[in-house]
Amino acid sequence: MKTHLLHLALIGLLFALGFILPDYHQGNFSRIMVLAIYAMGYNVMFGYTGMLSLGHAMFFAAGMYGFGLSVQLGDLGVIPAMLLALLGTAAFAALVGALSLRTIGVGFMIVTLMFAQAVYLTILYAGKYTRGDEGFVLQPEARTIAGMALNQPDIRYFTALMLFGLVLLGTGLLVRSNFGSVLVAVRENEERTRMLGYDVIAHKMGAVVVSGVISGLSGATYAALFGYVGASFATVQYSIFPLLWVLLGGMGTTLGPFVGALLMFYLIDYSSGLTNAYMLIVGVALVLLVLFARAGIIGEIRKRWVPWLP
Amino acid sequence: MNLHLETKGLTRIYGGLHAVSDVDFSLERGKIHALIGPNGAGKSTFVGMVSGRIPASSGTVMFEGQDISNLPAHKRMRRGMAYTFQITAIYANLTLAQNIALALQDRNRDKALTALKRIGLEDRIDQIAGDLSYGHQRLLEIAMGVAQNPRLLILDEPTQGLAESEIVQFQTLIRSLAGDTTILLIEHNMDVVMALAEQITVLNMGQVLATGTPQDIQSNAAVQAAYLGTE
Ligand SMILES: Nc1ncnc2c1ncn2[C@@H]1O[C@H](COP(=O)(O)OP(=O)(O)OP(=O)(O)O)[C@@H](O)[C@H]1O
Ligand SMILES: [Mg+2]
Repeated sequence: MKTHLLHLALIGLLFALGFILPDYHQGNFSRIMVLAIYAMGYNVMFGYTGMLSLGHAMFFAAGMYGFGLSVQLGDLGVIPAMLLALLGTAAFAALVGALSLRTIGVGFMIVTLMFAQAVYLTILYAGKYTRGDEGFVLQPEARTIAGMALNQPDIRYFTALMLFGLVLLGTGLLVRSNFGSVLVAVRENEERTRMLGYDVIAHKMGAVVVSGVISGLSGATYAALFGYVGASFATVQYSIFPLLWVLLGGMGTTLGPFVGALLMFYLIDYSSGLTNAYMLIVGVALVLLVLFARAGIIGEIRKRWVPWLP
Repeated sequence: MNLHLETKGLTRIYGGLHAVSDVDFSLERGKIHALIGPNGAGKSTFVGMVSGRIPASSGTVMFEGQDISNLPAHKRMRRGMAYTFQITAIYANLTLAQNIALALQDRNRDKALTALKRIGLEDRIDQIAGDLSYGHQRLLEIAMGVAQNPRLLILDEPTQGLAESEIVQFQTLIRSLAGDTTILLIEHNMDVVMALAEQITVLNMGQVLATGTPQDIQSNAAVQAAYLGTE
């Protein structure tokens, strides 16, 4: 119960911020909430199940391209295109899971990395449809739901918030469910979990699909709200981002992904105003994190002060 | 005789080493059966193959009349087995309540309390398992095995590292299960074996040296030579 109240409080706060934030920050927050969905998806697999993926951009891109191509080439409306993108991402995640779950540890990381690279190259290869590196823009007319233009800043903000809120409450339910507690058990001690009679592979498969679909939702939403679909979102960099956000905010916490995405976004935003070497500042922040707050921000708060944090 | 578990020709080869070689073994329902033997005799490997944790090189395992040789470990557990590890394997970062809940497959707190009462750790239900003393961690693992409510409970050296009083507690717990639950107990402590076991099998260099009642085993000359004499 406390979990859901906490999540509702954050959603309420973001709702209020929607009315008071200046335009520039409102735009940033829209983007951060969409990226936080991606981080929450990543967290299901990495934070809760203990599976380190280095290729999550493939799921983000699957959602983004699934949506973008459905709109661009298939002339579908936003909602059907979104559903199609999610179905496609789910099927793709199941395939990736089926092919990668027999490997463990380093093997799994490498396999996810390879798959993501394959997706990236496929996007470039299918340049006739995807316009390769350059990507394509989704026209504002194609991005409306029941007459509401998704490129309009307020609508964009509240659409992002709605989806962010749904995923946040959803992960709250997930981690409090039996399924979620078995995922944590797999993370903590796989062999023990197997020997308690749990089908570890099936649970990991579930984690990959849920994680993939949430990441895909983020990609599709990004395309719908910001109108751009490009191969840069399928690069290694976009596979590393969610890892950093989750580490910064706190792996295996429901609020960590949002906190991490928020801080990292403003850290980059602020430091790139100061210097071109802004990645250096990000690097220093991460080193400090590893030294002083290994569990991430929410993780440390949970460890020190608020043990019930989900 | 009502057979609960039966192995035929069970074998595990590591490289050239026959860790377990051609073991025919049977376990009577409801009995406490001890498996003893010197270090490296193949006891853990044998129960690993019974539970499905270690794949057999050859041989079959029959459980409750059915061939389970090809079932993965988690399915064997679902069929009514439980297994505790020689090297303690609990969820060190989770609370006792969470540990027990995972074993029970049920998050009811009263049930967790009842399970913990059996080992006297009910007051520590909200502690992190990794903060317990070594002996208490071992008792927790045993309690998890019991909480699974198995028909066959496999214990790999459960009393290793337990204090004298904890061993007494362990024996009481095991006796309370007798009759309903079949117990396969690997044990080095001969006092515990003699106090609990109704049947004993001695394994040596991967092979069965002798099987019988505690009296038979104590008077068996080959066992004396290979095992008891060397203790
Ligand atoms: N994974 C492995 N790879 C290679 N050899 C192994 C492996 N596991 C066990 N062995 C070898 O198989 C033999 C039997 O080992 P096992 O652990 O079954 O003995 P044990 O009877 O349980 O001994 P202990 O009383 O010390 O626990 C030993 O010689 C051991 O070194
Ligand atoms: Mg052993």
